[in-house]
Amino acid sequence: MTAVTDRRTEPPIVRWALTAVALGFLVCFLFVPLAAVFVQAFAEGVRNYWLALVEPTALAALRLTAAAALVAVPLNTLFGLAAAWALARFEFPGRGLLITLIDLPFAISPVVSGLVFVLMFGAQGLLGPWLTAHGIRIVFAVPGILLATMFVTVPFVARELIPVMQEQGSEEEQAALALGASGWQMFRRVTLPNIRWALLYGVVLLNARAIGEFGAVSIVSGHIRGQTNTAPLHVEILYNEYNFAAAFAVASVLALAALATLAAKTIVGRRITQ
Amino acid sequence: MPRGPRRHVLPGFGLSLGFTISYLCLLVLIPLSGVVLRASSITWAGFLASVTSARALAAFELSLGAAGVAAIVNAVFGLLVAWVLVRYRFPGRGLIDACVDLPFALPTSVAGIALTAVYSPAGWLGRQLAPLGIQVAFTRLGVVVALTFIGLPFVVRAVQPVLEDLDAEVEDAAASLGANRWQTFRRVLLPSIAPALLTGFTLAFARALGEYGSVVFISGNLPFRTEVITLLIVARLEQFDYVGATAVASMMLGASFLVLLTINLLQAWSRRRGALA
Repeated sequence: MTAVTDRRTEPPIVRWALTAVALGFLVCFLFVPLAAVFVQAFAEGVRNYWLALVEPTALAALRLTAAAALVAVPLNTLFGLAAAWALARFEFPGRGLLITLIDLPFAISPVVSGLVFVLMFGAQGLLGPWLTAHGIRIVFAVPGILLATMFVTVPFVARELIPVMQEQGSEEEQAALALGASGWQMFRRVTLPNIRWALLYGVVLLNARAIGEFGAVSIVSGHIRGQTNTAPLHVEILYNEYNFAAAFAVASVLALAALATLAAKTIVGRRITQ
Repeated sequence: MPRGPRRHVLPGFGLSLGFTISYLCLLVLIPLSGVVLRASSITWAGFLASVTSARALAAFELSLGAAGVAAIVNAVFGLLVAWVLVRYRFPGRGLIDACVDLPFALPTSVAGIALTAVYSPAGWLGRQLAPLGIQVAFTRLGVVVALTFIGLPFVVRAVQPVLEDLDAEVEDAAASLGANRWQTFRRVLLPSIAPALLTGFTLAFARALGEYGSVVFISGNLPFRTEVITLLIVARLEQFDYVGATAVASMMLGASFLVLLTINLLQAWSRRRGALA
């Protein structure tokens, strides 16, 4: 029997070596770059760190990033709830295709996602002449940034909710209806409490991507400081101006948001599996 | 009517499906069709000239090659990381497990400047590699490093749940039949995790192919040398070459659809594997 148990796991030296290689890989690719963000941010002292953050264009960039998240998160959460209800609770022709289409923004390069809106609403775009004639600016203005952010974050909530709702089934909801609940009461008292952790999980991921999107937003932004610059774009501008400490200072705020996301994701993820 | 009652009891089908389809059309499908429409208005000769120019071919080659190498690195090390996290117990395991998703949570511009700082010749790791004659930042190797970072979570997260669900009895059986650990891994474990491993590989490859933010800083963006395909699209847009940008973008869009199809097939395969097991 001992011979069999011995053959079921690796010798300690192999276990130790495999762990060391795996951790070494993560150190080189994850932990050292993450540490570098914070060390470089304070390279010119705490005072300069603080000045880089409260500088007006940095504050404007952080505000625009918050605004983009405030628009994209509620709208795509609403979309995710509607899509999950339709797709997890009903069978209809084209259901599989619709699930694939919801995932589409994940498969598309951020650069192409941004280009999509330039080709639609830009001066050379399909609707460009009409928009120019009516004095409406979408691309290289705030609406374009909001649209690009919404585009890349469409799938997050729906793809977390659909498998969870499918697994739960609809018995409790049907029971609520049979007991005389209205559709809205059933949704609020039965569906929402059942999916709350999966919903929160999706919202956490959606929020992180809305805050951090760079490629798509970069294409539609036009990089006008103080107006169409989001925080990830502000990092790029400062870096390209060789203002490294300031670039890493703004980057450190975004890195802290990322770490908060990972913490929230881990805590909420545990609640889902419980 | 087996599905009949269920379908009619639950309310809100029309409202939720109507909202879902309208939202998706307005935000995703109509804008995307604009690219297709724009691409189809380009003449065949113009399209071909745009995507087969020497600069475009060099960019395609670098993007495909670097994304491929990065995805292979991630397949090997991602499997190893998943194995260590699932099978072994060591201090800080939970924290490290949570940090694997960092590339998903960190804005790509932040990742890009951090990797450049670390791997430039004066950086913490670049300094160690320089005496060995290895330069990472501003070379093709730098592109691979950035693409490896960005694809890191995909293989780990695809393989991890499958490793956790593996039936210990199968391994017991292999061991009692006299297989050594390596044979058990190759003949018993690897076939069961193959679909998940391939799914993770495909996702990492697709993400790397379309990646922009983390690459733009570390690559140095030299045309013909370190310019990836997404950088070429941006460069063409900045020169107002909308035709050239659209031509390349439409090819990338085609690649995206191909990836979605591959993932769907792989998932069907792993479901069959799961059903047989």
